Amino acid sequence: MTSFFNILAETAATATVEPTGIVAFLTRSIPAAFVALPILGALWLVLQPKIADKAARVSGLVFSFSTLFLCALTGIIAATSDTAVQFSTRSQSSGPLNVSFDLTLHGISLLMVLLTGIITPMALAASWKVARPRLFNILFLLMQSAALGVFLAQNFFFWFLFWELSLFPAFFLIKLWGGHSASRAAYQFVIYTIGGSAFMLLAFAAIYATTGTWDFTKLAWHLGSGGDAYGKIGATGTTLIFLGIFIGLAVKIPIFPFHTWLPDAYAEAPIGASMFLTAVMAKMGLYGFYIFLASLLPHEMAKAAHWLVWLALANIVFGAYAAMRQRDLKRMVAYSSVNHLGYCVLAFAVIRTRWIETTIFSHTDGEELTALTRGISAASDGAWLQMFNHGLSAAALFFCVGVLESRSGVRGLQDFGGVRKVAPLFAALCGFSMFSSLGLPGLNGFVGEFLIFRGVFAHLPWAAAIATLGLLGTAIFLLTFWQKVFHGPAGAHTGAITDLSKREIAALAPIVALMVLFGVWPQLLLDILKSLP
Amino acid sequence: MSLVQFLWLIPALPLLAAAIGAIVPHRSRKIASGAALAAMAGAFVLSVFALREALAAPGTHSTFNFAWLNTGEFKLHLGFLLDPLSAFMLVMVTFVSFLIFLFSTAYMREDENYEKFFCYLSLFASAMLGIVVSNSLLLTFISWELVGLASYLLIGFWFHKPEAAAAAKKAFITTRIGDIGFLLGLVWVHHATQTQLFYNGGAGFLEIAAIGKLSVLLPCGLFVSSAIGLLLFAGAVGKSGQFPLHVWLPDAMEGPTPVSALIHAATMVAAGVFLMARIYPMLALEGILPPGTIFPGSEIIQNPNGTTSITLITNALPKNEILTDGPISIFLPHHVSGVLPFTALSVVAFIGAITALIGAVVAVAQNDIKRVLAFSTVSQLGYMMLAIGVGAPGAAMFHLLTHAFFKALLFLGAGSVIHAAHHEQDMRQMGGLGPRMKITFATFAIGMMALSGVPFLFSGFWSKEAILHGAHGWHVSHLPFYIALVAVVLTAFYMTRLMANVFFGGARSHAAEHAHENTWTITLPLVLLAACAVLVGFLGTPAWPWLQAQLQGDTTTPFAFGKIFEGVGLLGLSVFLVAVGIGAGWAVYGVRKRGTATAPDPLEKRFPTVWRALEHRLYFDEFYAATVFKLNAALAVFADVFDSCVVDGVVRFVCKLSEFLGFINKDVDEHGLNAGFNATAEKLRGAGGAYSASQTGDARSYLRALALGFVVVTIVVLAVVLADGTLSRWLPF
Repeated sequence: MTSFFNILAETAATATVEPTGIVAFLTRSIPAAFVALPILGALWLVLQPKIADKAARVSGLVFSFSTLFLCALTGIIAATSDTAVQFSTRSQSSGPLNVSFDLTLHGISLLMVLLTGIITPMALAASWKVARPRLFNILFLLMQSAALGVFLAQNFFFWFLFWELSLFPAFFLIKLWGGHSASRAAYQFVIYTIGGSAFMLLAFAAIYATTGTWDFTKLAWHLGSGGDAYGKIGATGTTLIFLGIFIGLAVKIPIFPFHTWLPDAYAEAPIGASMFLTAVMAKMGLYGFYIFLASLLPHEMAKAAHWLVWLALANIVFGAYAAMRQRDLKRMVAYSSVNHLGYCVLAFAVIRTRWIETTIFSHTDGEELTALTRGISAASDGAWLQMFNHGLSAAALFFCVGVLESRSGVRGLQDFGGVRKVAPLFAALCGFSMFSSLGLPGLNGFVGEFLIFRGVFAHLPWAAAIATLGLLGTAIFLLTFWQKVFHGPAGAHTGAITDLSKREIAALAPIVALMVLFGVWPQLLLDILKSLP
Repeated sequence: MSLVQFLWLIPALPLLAAAIGAIVPHRSRKIASGAALAAMAGAFVLSVFALREALAAPGTHSTFNFAWLNTGEFKLHLGFLLDPLSAFMLVMVTFVSFLIFLFSTAYMREDENYEKFFCYLSLFASAMLGIVVSNSLLLTFISWELVGLASYLLIGFWFHKPEAAAAAKKAFITTRIGDIGFLLGLVWVHHATQTQLFYNGGAGFLEIAAIGKLSVLLPCGLFVSSAIGLLLFAGAVGKSGQFPLHVWLPDAMEGPTPVSALIHAATMVAAGVFLMARIYPMLALEGILPPGTIFPGSEIIQNPNGTTSITLITNALPKNEILTDGPISIFLPHHVSGVLPFTALSVVAFIGAITALIGAVVAVAQNDIKRVLAFSTVSQLGYMMLAIGVGAPGAAMFHLLTHAFFKALLFLGAGSVIHAAHHEQDMRQMGGLGPRMKITFATFAIGMMALSGVPFLFSGFWSKEAILHGAHGWHVSHLPFYIALVAVVLTAFYMTRLMANVFFGGARSHAAEHAHENTWTITLPLVLLAACAVLVGFLGTPAWPWLQAQLQGDTTTPFAFGKIFEGVGLLGLSVFLVAVGIGAGWAVYGVRKRGTATAPDPLEKRFPTVWRALEHRLYFDEFYAATVFKLNAALAVFADVFDSCVVDGVVRFVCKLSEFLGFINKDVDEHGLNAGFNATAEKLRGAGGAYSASQTGDARSYLRALALGFVVVTIVVLAVVLADGTLSRWLPF
C-alpha cells in the first residue's frame, strides 16, 4: 500500500514526454482557468454597477457554467491524447516562504470539480428570484472559484488561502439573504470554521518549520519513510499536528460533535447557498481529510482510526435519528447530510485501521492480504462516489424544499399534504431525489454506500453492522417527509403549491437524469475518478 | 446460441412498458395498458422458450455474466441464469402477471391515474423478473429493492387515503429492516468468497470453489455459510411476510385488489422463498459436518435429540491450521467449544412453522375478505419456508407455483366480488353472491378447495402433501410437522367460513343485492387461473414427481402410480384433517348462515376474549408500537436533545466565555490603557461580541474588505507566477 502521493510522484517521474503545442497550452492553463473564470465573472459584475437584474442573473449563470465547460474540455483532451496527460498549472517556488503556485487536476479532484460544476449553476437557478442578484452572483462566483481552488491546490499555502476565501462569500450569502435568524447562524458558521482553521494553520506552520516546504508531494516524502520529519517533530508533536488538522477539517465536514453549526447554517441560508454548502463545501472538508490525514499522516491516522470510526458511527446514527425529530424540512435535510457524510468518514477511517499490518509488517498471507486490500479499495472508491452522489441528492432535496418554501413561505413537515396531487411532476422528481438519498439501488446513492459497506465489512464487520442503523433511519425520516408532504389529504399550505416552472424543471430534471445514469452505470464515475493519476 | 444471452429481454420488456406508461398523457391511456400487456405477453413467450431450453439440459446452469463495476482491485459482476428453477418461476410470473394485467384493465378503468397504475405494475413485474433471472446476489438485491419500491408505489396508489399512505410506508420500512440483513449477507458473501455470482463455471459461491471458504467455523459455532444464510433469510423474512416481520402484509391490502393479487399473493412475497431455494446449496453446507467425524483433538457427539455437539480443542492444533477431512476443509481460526447452537435451516423451519400457524389462526377472525386472504398468504408462505428448512426445497417451489395460481385466483375472485359490490370489502355486508355471480363463484370455489387442500383433484393438496412429507421426515424435530397439521385444519376452516359468508345465504346489504357478474376481462383470468389451480398439481404428485425431479436436475422421472401409497398413512391423515376443517367450518357458518350484517360471529359469542385477540391480529402491531417504535422514537429524541442541549450547550458556553473575554479586554483597554489603543480595543470588542445576534455589522464595509482581499490574492498569485517567468512559457506561439 503506497500512499496516494507516492503514486503521484512516481507517475510524475515517468511522464517524461512533454506534450507540445495547443494541447500543452491547454493542459497548463486549464487548472488555472478553472479558478480564474468564475473570478473574472465576478469582476465583470463588479464593474457593471448599473446592470439590470435579469442580465446579472444570466451572466452569473453563464460564468458558473465555465467549470462544466472546462470539465468537458479536460475530458476531450484526456480522451484524445495518446499519452497520459497531466493538467497542471505550476511555477517554481519563490519568495521568502518558498511557495510555488501549483494547481493540478487529479482523478479525485476532477470528480469534485465536476460536482462543483454541476451544482453551482443549479444553485444559481434555484436562487433565480433573489433580491440584489448582482451581488448574490458576485459572491456565489467567488465561492465557486475558492472551492475549485481547494480541490486543485497542490500545496498547503494556496490550499489554505482558498479554504479561507470560500468562507467569506458563504458568510455574506447566509447573512444577507438568509432567514430571520440568519445573522446568528452566519456568525456561528464563520467563527466556528475559522476557529477550527486556526488549529489547522498552526499545525501546518509546525510542519513547515520542520520540513521547510508547503508542497504536498514533498511533504509526503518528508513525512513518509524517506524523510526524518517524524524524528524531528517527536511523537507528541505529530499527535498535536494531527489533532490540529483534524479539528479544522472536522468542523467543516462536519464530524460529530463539531456539527452543531450545520443545522442552523443550512436552515437559515438561502436555498442556493444551502445547496452549495452541503454539496460542495462539506466535500472540501472530506477532500482535506483524505489528502492530509489519510495520505500525509497515515501513522497518526492509524492510531486514531478506531476513535474516528466511533465518531463516524455517531455521525451516521445520530444524524439519521436527529433528522427523524426535525419538523423543519430544511433542518431534516441538513441532518441527513450529517448522516451521509458519516459514511465517507467511516470509510476513510477504516482504510487506515489495518494500515500497519498491510504495509509495514506483511505477516498476513496472500489471500488475506488480497481481501484486505480489496476492502481498502472498495471503501475509498465508495467514499469518493458517495461524496459525489450525496452532492447530487442533497442539493436536489434542498432544491425541492426551496420549491415548497418559495411558493408557500413555510417549510414545516406538517404544513403540507397531498402535494403529489397538485404537483405531480414536482412529486416525481422529488421522489427520485429522495430515493437516491436513501440509497435505492438503480439510483446513484446506492453504489457508493454499497462499496463503503463492502470495504468496511472487510475490516470492521461490527462497524458495518452498526452503520446499517443509519440506512434504516434514513428510510424512516425520508419516507415520513414524503408521506406528510406528498400523500394524504391536502394540508394548510397545499393550496399555494403549483407544479414546477420551466426554469425549475431545467434545473432539477438534469440532476435527476444524472441520478439515474450514475445509478445504472456507476462505472462512468469510477472511470472519471481513475482517469487521471 | 443459447437463450441465456437474451434472458435480459424478459425483465427489459416490462421495463420499457413502464417507461411508456410514465410518459403517455392521460387521454391516450390505452397505450399504457396495451404496452404493459404486450410486454408481458412477449415476456411470457420468451419464458416458455427459456423453460424448453432449461428442460432440454437438466442439471446445468447456463449463465451470462458481465462486469458492472470495475474498481481496478476487483470487479462486481451482474449476470443472468437459466436453469429449471428460474425457468419455472419465469413462466409462472409472466403468466400470472399477464392475467392480472388483463384483469386490471377492467378493474381500474374508472381510475384517474390509470396509466400510472400500469407504469407501476410493469415496473414491478420487471423488477420481479429481474430477481428470477439473476445470477448475481447483487442483481438480486438491486431487483429486490426495486420490487420494494414498486410495491411501495402500488400499495400507496390511492395516496390521498391516509391509511394507504401509511400502509405503503409501513411495508417499505418493515421490509427494509430485513433488507439490511440481506445487504450484510451480500457484503459478507463477497468478502468471504470474492464473488457474488451464484454460478460461474465452478467459481460461483454456490459451487465447489467456494465450499472451503464458506465452511469456516465462526467462534459462535456456526459455519460462515450458515451465518450468511441467516442474514439473507432476514431479507426473505421481510419480503415474504414471515414472523416477526409479517405485520406489513395485511395492511398492504389498502392497495387496489389486482396489486394484492400480483404482489401479495403470486410474486413478490414468493421472492423470499425463491431466494432461499436459490441459495439452498449454500444453506445445506452446514450438513457437511457428518455426525461422528473425528478431527484431531476434537470430539463430535451425536446428541439423542438429533443435534450434533462439537468440542474442538484447537489449542492442541497449530494456529490457522487447515484440517482436511475428505473433500471438505474446515478452517478453525479460533478456539471453538461447546454445542453447535443451532443450524440456519432449523431456524428457517421453525420460523416457517410459526408463521404458518399465526397466519392461519388470525385469518379465522378477519372480516375483510382481502385480509382473510392476506393472512392466508402469510400462512402459506410459512409452509414454503418450513419446506426449505426441513430440506425439501423442491416441495417449497412446488407449493410456491401452485399457490401462485390459486391465490392469484382467490384475490382476483375477491376483486371481482368487490368490484361487483361497489368496493365493499366487509364479508358481513355480502352474502348470497353465489347465484348472482356464477363464474366468480365457481372459480373461487376451485381456488378455495385448492387452498384448503381438498384431495386428489386440486393442486394445493399435492403441494401441501409434499411439504408435510418433508416435515415428517425431518430428523431434528417433529414439532413443525404437528404445527403444520394444525394449520391444515385451520386453513380449511377459515376458507369455508369465507365461502359461507360471501356466497351463501341471503344478501345482507344493498350492494350485495345488486351485484352482478363482471365483464370477460375479469372473468377470463379467473377461468384460466382456475384451470391452472387444478392442473399444475399433477406436475408433482408422488406418482410422477416430475417438477421436483426437474428442479433437482434429475432427468428420469418414471411414472409409478404405486408411489402414492408409500406415504398413505400421512395422506389419509391430511385428507381427514381437511375434512374436519371444512366440516367444522360448515357446521359453524354454513348450517346457520349469518342473518344480518351486524350480528356477531358465532365464535365471537362463544370465545369473546380469544376472538378479540385474533381480530386484533394477536396484538402484534400494538406490541411493536409499544416496544420497537417507542425505542426508535426514544433514540431519536435522545439524538435530538443530545445535539441541541449537550453538544450545542458546550459550544454556547465556549462562545459566552469568549464574549466575556472580549468584554474584559474592552474594559481593560478603555480604562487601563491610554487613548491611543482605543481603536484596537474597539476591534477586539468587535471580535468578542461578534457572536451575539445584536451585532449586525455593516455589510458594506465587510464587502469592501472582502473585495480588497480578493484583489490582494489575485495580485499575489499573479506576482508569484510572473516573477517566475513561467507565464511566457505557456504561450505556444
